[in-house]
Amino acid sequence: MEIPYTVKPRPDTGLYNAKLGIWLFLASEVMLFGGLFSAYILLRVSSDLWPHGMVSIPVGTFNTFVLIASSVTVVMSWASLKLGKLSAFKGYMAATIVCALGFLGVKSFEYYAKFTHYDVWFKDEATAKKYFTAAYGEKGEEATRKLFVERFHLHNTKATYDANQIQLTGHLEGNPMFATLKKLTSAKKDTILFEADPPFGTHDHPKAIEVKLSDVQRLSAYVPAHSTYFAIYFTITALHGLHVLGGAIVLAYFLFTADHWWKKSPEQMANRVEVGGLFWHFVDLVWIFLFPIIYLL
Amino acid sequence: MQATKTTHTEPAHSHEHHDPGFLRSYVFSTDHKVIGIQYGFTALAFLFFGFLLMICMRWQMAKPGEAMPIVGKLLESLLGEVAKGGIISPDLYNAFGAMHGTIMVFLAIVPLAFAAFGNYVVPLQIGAVDMAFPRLNMVSYQCFAVGGVIMFVSFFIPGGAAQAGWTSYSPLATVIPTQGQTFWILGMVFLITSSLLGAVNFIATVIQLRAPGMTWMRLPFFTWVQFVTAFILLLAFPPLEAASVLQLMDKVFGSSFFLPTGLVISGKPYDISGGGSPLLWQHLFWFLGHPEVYVLILPAMGVVAEVIACNTRKPLWGYKSLVYSVLAVGFISFIVWAHHMYLTGMGTKISTFFQTTTMIISIPSVIILTCLFMSLWGGSIRFNTPMLFALAFLPMFGIGGLTGLPLGFNFSDLHLHDSYYVIAHFHYVVAPGTIFALFAGVYFWYPKMTGRYMSETLGKIHFWGSLIAMNLVFMPMFFQGLYGMSRRMSDGGATYALANPANEGVVTALTQTVMKLNVFVTHAAFLLLIAQIPFIINVFMSMFNGKKVENDNPWDATTLDWQTPTPPPHGNFTKEIIVYRGPYEYSVPGHPTDFTPQNMPDPKPAK
Repeated sequence: MEIPYTVKPRPDTGLYNAKLGIWLFLASEVMLFGGLFSAYILLRVSSDLWPHGMVSIPVGTFNTFVLIASSVTVVMSWASLKLGKLSAFKGYMAATIVCALGFLGVKSFEYYAKFTHYDVWFKDEATAKKYFTAAYGEKGEEATRKLFVERFHLHNTKATYDANQIQLTGHLEGNPMFATLKKLTSAKKDTILFEADPPFGTHDHPKAIEVKLSDVQRLSAYVPAHSTYFAIYFTITALHGLHVLGGAIVLAYFLFTADHWWKKSPEQMANRVEVGGLFWHFVDLVWIFLFPIIYLL
Repeated sequence: MQATKTTHTEPAHSHEHHDPGFLRSYVFSTDHKVIGIQYGFTALAFLFFGFLLMICMRWQMAKPGEAMPIVGKLLESLLGEVAKGGIISPDLYNAFGAMHGTIMVFLAIVPLAFAAFGNYVVPLQIGAVDMAFPRLNMVSYQCFAVGGVIMFVSFFIPGGAAQAGWTSYSPLATVIPTQGQTFWILGMVFLITSSLLGAVNFIATVIQLRAPGMTWMRLPFFTWVQFVTAFILLLAFPPLEAASVLQLMDKVFGSSFFLPTGLVISGKPYDISGGGSPLLWQHLFWFLGHPEVYVLILPAMGVVAEVIACNTRKPLWGYKSLVYSVLAVGFISFIVWAHHMYLTGMGTKISTFFQTTTMIISIPSVIILTCLFMSLWGGSIRFNTPMLFALAFLPMFGIGGLTGLPLGFNFSDLHLHDSYYVIAHFHYVVAPGTIFALFAGVYFWYPKMTGRYMSETLGKIHFWGSLIAMNLVFMPMFFQGLYGMSRRMSDGGATYALANPANEGVVTALTQTVMKLNVFVTHAAFLLLIAQIPFIINVFMSMFNGKKVENDNPWDATTLDWQTPTPPPHGNFTKEIIVYRGPYEYSVPGHPTDFTPQNMPDPKPAK
């Protein structure tokens, strides 16, 4: 029993089975990410405050170029197969996989930076002001205010600022990941050493201050539980990251079994690479949408 | 040297074609027919399991707070505290309710209607040797099985299964402290993946593997509906997968996608960032949820069309209208979802839009049903068991569909929303509608699958028992709902009944008539349970001592699924298939028989 059109295209549709299959699969992927992007839009338009500049644009731009480069190399690897150049295929495919790993490496570095970065909300305004002064000196209130206004692109309003501004941003002593108020208090800590972020426009870290946990209302690393912004950021980028990883594994499989398939059926091998490449372009395309909504807007 | 090498490899080579072994033939098979039967038996088992959950719930509604005889003890020993003393506690009732819905929709009807019948019949009907991606097909079943196991296991974890209804509305679903919901989400992710792989496979198969001459307008109607259903699954399920991922994030990582700012649970502020939207879940859920309704009903219509065409001995009336209507239903089903959400306060303009699209989608649905009715006109009808089920489908689905109209209108839905009227409406669509059609399908294709007929006597007992019991179960619910009885009440509404001293003088309290109907419906449900016994016996007994089929085409049908040996071997067809004609050429004047198979060439004109 032979299933027809696994290699040669069916004349009236012009497609071999797997090519149709991957396009259908990609259609469902569009709906999957479409659902997530819709969630992003709905959460963002219904939120009072949506932060900006929480992720580094240069790093994101670098990663964007890495992915675009990998899209080019994956096409080149397919074209090399069609031209009958096996070694060129291997080179381009290896370059694609290196790009994929590079992208994931940069992304994990970004994740780590977020997991160790904290916001601390104080119980009330008076307590907050006390700590602002401790962190930034005499003009502490203004320094934190400036940071806050820049983060949320506030054009208005003293009112929004006053209602929300009880938070300090920075790192905890020892740079732990995922700490929460609950974890810290159950570890029998009364105070923590807190290194506040540099004032807006500078890179000079102010000296660490002691924060009493009894003064803290909420403490959260930049993790999904922090806010809907980070929740959607981590969910979409992690799902995209899983797609990159999955795609890289498949492409690596093509690379490592190249000799075997080249002998067995070069045409089918080229088809497989084409189908894998289509998926790879899609993963790239998702990032092209993700980059502006996460980093730029 | 050379010679020994050749003699050595050859027997090994031919060996793999002969006997693939038990595991490869029945468990890890890539043959679409075996996979279809795997789906079929798993789904039928879940169908029965979901039905038993409902029987337990019905007992609790008829006799709130009373221990269940026999079964109660079993539940207590299996589930512990939640079934203490053999009484189904409200928590357990909620879990059974949520899982009854989930199991019936995602583990019983969809796999039976789409995956089981689709897998078995579609490749045969288009003259293909197998599905386009046989290994993907196997993985699809395995994902389904894993999802089913996760759902089943969730009953036995501490705290029990998910309790927030099959719709799993957040925040309720997220804040219930037990882990049942987490299992539910994980199970759903597997089931969605399974549907997705199945859908890709079906569409690719229908587009790529049609036999020569099988043009689009020669496709049997059943294949058409499976094709449209696959598109619905392909495009509507992923947003629910997205929603499941988001709910999983809320549940496991403490994010607030569906949890609003200022949420207070049991009098305490809930420790979350807030800022999320409960409406978002409902939109994402119903974006799947409503197309899913058509996933439940379209394959049933396909089965009924095949059975009716064959048993009236005449072509389907309006084949093209049927096809275009199904396509229209497929498209419009994506823009009607928010008619489930009139009560959420999403705004009158949005409600008006969805009310309009909902009325529009009823037009092609009515065309389909009308065509099926018209097909009976002037036929010489054979009243065998599959035909009885198919005939009963028509008015039963009609009742289900027409009672849906008041729910599609904003103004009347405000009164009927979340009442027993809704329960009655969609159960008429799915139970005596879809399930009857699926029974028709089982009786109709059983001879092809096994080479033996199912017993007509047992089949007729099954049919009449089920038809009467179904109506006795669901018809009273319309009245209960109109009287204002809410769904999801573990005591059947006793708390809100006039008999409750707390409700004295309350104008809207439920009357004794409504409460007595609970007992009546429960009795009818037990009758329905008894009516299924002949079916179960029939399925297993007929495999061994059913009447043998006389030939490969026992019903004298025209479509290609009857042109194979019985049961079809691996690879399906023993002769080359070329299609010369449309799917329903019955009683063509001038032909020697009253059916002309699709692959029969025209006789050469006499010179």
